[in-house]
Amino acid sequence: MTVAIPAEQAPAPRKFGIDFSTPVLYAFAAILCVLIVLPLSWLLLYSLTDAKGHLTLANFVRLFSESAFLDPLITTFIIATSSAFICCAVAAPMGWLVARTDLPFSGVIRALVTASFVTPPFLGAIAWELLAAPNSGLLNKIFRAVTGAGPDVHLFDIYSLEGIIFVISCYTFPYVFVLVANSLDRTPGELEDASSILGGGRWYTARRVTIPLVLPALLAGALVAFLQAMTLFGSPAILALPAGFHTMTTKIWSLFQFPPKPELAAAASLPLLVLTVFLLRAEHMILGRRGYSVVGGKYGAPRLIPLHRLRVPAFILCLTVLMLPVFLPYAALFNAAFSPVATTFLTFKNFTMHNIEFVLFDLSAASLALKNTVILGTATATIGTAIALVIAYVTARQAVRGHRILGFLATAPIAIPGIVLGVGLFLSYTRPPFVLYGTLWILLIAFVTIALPSSYQQLQAAFRTIHQELEDASRILGATRLRSLWEITAPLLRTGVIATWCFIFVGVMRELSAAIILFTSETKVISVLIYDLNESGDLGAISVIGIGMLIITFSVVIAVNRIPGFGSVRFRNT
Amino acid sequence: MNKTTFSRRDVLKGSTALAAGSAFATPVRAATPPSEAITPALIEAAKKEGKVVFYTAMDLAFAEKLGRLFEAKYAGMAVRVERSGAERVFQRIGQEYASNIHAVDVVNTADQAHVIEWKRQAILAQYLPEEVVKYYDKKYYDPEGFELVTRVLVSPFGINTDMVKMADAPKSFADLLDPKWKGKMVKAHPAYSGTIMNATFQVARDLGWGYFEKLAKQDVMQVQSATDTPKRIVLGERAIMIDGAGYLVIRDKEAGKPVDVIYPEEGTPLATSPSVVMKAAPNPSAAKLFQNWVHSREGQQILIDYARQYSPHSQAIEKPGVRKLADIKLMKEDPAGVEKGAAEIKRHYTEIFKV
Repeated sequence: MTVAIPAEQAPAPRKFGIDFSTPVLYAFAAILCVLIVLPLSWLLLYSLTDAKGHLTLANFVRLFSESAFLDPLITTFIIATSSAFICCAVAAPMGWLVARTDLPFSGVIRALVTASFVTPPFLGAIAWELLAAPNSGLLNKIFRAVTGAGPDVHLFDIYSLEGIIFVISCYTFPYVFVLVANSLDRTPGELEDASSILGGGRWYTARRVTIPLVLPALLAGALVAFLQAMTLFGSPAILALPAGFHTMTTKIWSLFQFPPKPELAAAASLPLLVLTVFLLRAEHMILGRRGYSVVGGKYGAPRLIPLHRLRVPAFILCLTVLMLPVFLPYAALFNAAFSPVATTFLTFKNFTMHNIEFVLFDLSAASLALKNTVILGTATATIGTAIALVIAYVTARQAVRGHRILGFLATAPIAIPGIVLGVGLFLSYTRPPFVLYGTLWILLIAFVTIALPSSYQQLQAAFRTIHQELEDASRILGATRLRSLWEITAPLLRTGVIATWCFIFVGVMRELSAAIILFTSETKVISVLIYDLNESGDLGAISVIGIGMLIITFSVVIAVNRIPGFGSVRFRNT
Repeated sequence: MNKTTFSRRDVLKGSTALAAGSAFATPVRAATPPSEAITPALIEAAKKEGKVVFYTAMDLAFAEKLGRLFEAKYAGMAVRVERSGAERVFQRIGQEYASNIHAVDVVNTADQAHVIEWKRQAILAQYLPEEVVKYYDKKYYDPEGFELVTRVLVSPFGINTDMVKMADAPKSFADLLDPKWKGKMVKAHPAYSGTIMNATFQVARDLGWGYFEKLAKQDVMQVQSATDTPKRIVLGERAIMIDGAGYLVIRDKEAGKPVDVIYPEEGTPLATSPSVVMKAAPNPSAAKLFQNWVHSREGQQILIDYARQYSPHSQAIEKPGVRKLADIKLMKEDPAGVEKGAAEIKRHYTEIFKV
């Protein structure tokens, strides 16, 4: 892509306007501080006090001496490590196949990855209960019918450590896929051409040029997958109790049962925070200053590697993998929505509209929850994108002093399990001067904070790939920083921004862990409603709402992609 | 299944023993309020408010059914049901009230101990419907009108009869320890369910915590709500339900599903389920109207006919198919004991079952 400036046009005379960038930037820094520092301070304070408010280290002593806390800590570590490994092992080859080979229907594969990404993990966990509960699970029923095995024999047991790792991986691997595929999409063809010209074969080029270029993305993906798996509440909340163990997030949630023990919960969350900070530092040290500006003034399309006879097998392999997060769970939800008993196979004879009728006409909490969710999704996506955009700009262009701190603050929430952030916000906003609990505002703050790290990283990555030379050219020609942002950077970023907006909206639909602490009956969201329905085992109603939720999510993603002038945007450009 | 009809008198006889324990432990000095009928003035005032917010632990389908029938009877009213386990309802109200959020009008919990705490906090309104004073045994309501028993819950075993024949099924808590049931049982959790909180207290008191330690070695599948365990045996996920809402098993059996109830020999855990009107209810008249109607003959008949539960209303007519409360050997309810021991029960339980 080239930005052409007609040669005959003289540079515009410099206007003596005020450059508003500095005050705007400091304002955002202040917002960030309030968003993140306030709840974290309360958490830290609480972790160091006892129930009466005296300073103590007793919470940490309990944390590291009682098996009730140590076991979940170890379990969580195992889950996060295994999930990160599985995600990379699956997503990296798939990302490569889609981005750099002539895989047929690669657009379909990307769309299906998007589908698994937008599927709420708790919904996926419930669907996998329907599929792989040892006795009632549909897959186990099929297995027994096919093999003639006895009633106690099962192929899968979703209520196990392996089961939880599997379900978490199903809905975490898109993070790795998106990072790897995008990175590969952006790798310029020139570098590969250079390698080819110098005599490097296709595979040699892939190994020596393409893979090293994509390695930072893979490492970042592994890290994101690890952190997602570690801080996830939804899937463990559905599966861990029947499986007979706690993860850190479910343990923390259980600490808010009456009588609530926020000080212990705060203490229990700090190891997660410390570990995350450590990992982020480690990533930084490993990658060092290696970063690649791959979209400059010049751009070449990447070369596709022909798969030849492997085209069809590779496509089938991708499709098979995507059955796990998409086809099978959706089919199970559909089956449960229309059959009289959730895990009875649907036939024409037993088809029932009972669950649909129940959700539409009887479930009195549904309409309010739906309204709240849509309001929060839209508001969070709009505000979150705006904040992330500014911070990403500041850190990518090092526009103000202390930008590193801004970057750290924007990334910090990733280390805070949503449930713990929920508690921090609860402690912060239930007292004057900001009494926000009971309003949608507190949920908005929570969701924006939760969305910030990933949207910031996406947009920052987008900024990084647009070389500063483009902006510099504009500024040299007399534009203020804001003007060059608006006229040069913004159009280049457009797809990234739209994708981020979708990303956040979908994230709100998926969010359960902070909402479970912060909701009141007036501010309930769909995810909490589903969690409540799961508690009482109303699987038919969950399936109907879940399908409705997926329809809304897909509509938003598709609608935003179709807005005239925005062109067609896929989720790839995050 | 015992097919004899059950009468109110039997219920009352049978529950004398248990009700002795359900005394309202911390008497608050307050005048006895006058009993009130549903008057046109009340209906009009309620309709002006237009809605009721009902937090409850009862099974969702039943709670919504009550809501829809109430709306049908009093046009212009809307009932919003917020259902979760009684212990979570309790947590929710605590969390909201601590922040001065008064969103709830009427609460139905499955744990009498909650009422003790709420009375201590002085957040309950006094309200006595006329029919309650006329037709309820005094054991089933607070003379000061702070609470009324809405339904009497038992927590029997349940079985999936496709997976276990009735003849082979466990008949007692002791039977559940037989190695042949290992990995075949499902149980609800006292930290989420009020029924199970009471059941856990009663079993631990009568059989000792050692019993649960042995039970935990049986690979018991753990779920949250007492309304979830009956659904798990309908699914066929586990063959035996150790505890949970017996009424749902009876409903499912009557709907033709392959399930049945078993009342254990040592005694069946019991929980009377009270309803309260909040003092700071945002819709005070609607709250009274709803509370009055739910505890009227009409509301209580729905409880029996649709939800298959035990009613404290002496005029409500039983429907055959549910074993009389008097014919069930019941464990003794002790709300004061539960109120004092709740935190310790949760801790001890988690220690044993690891969740």
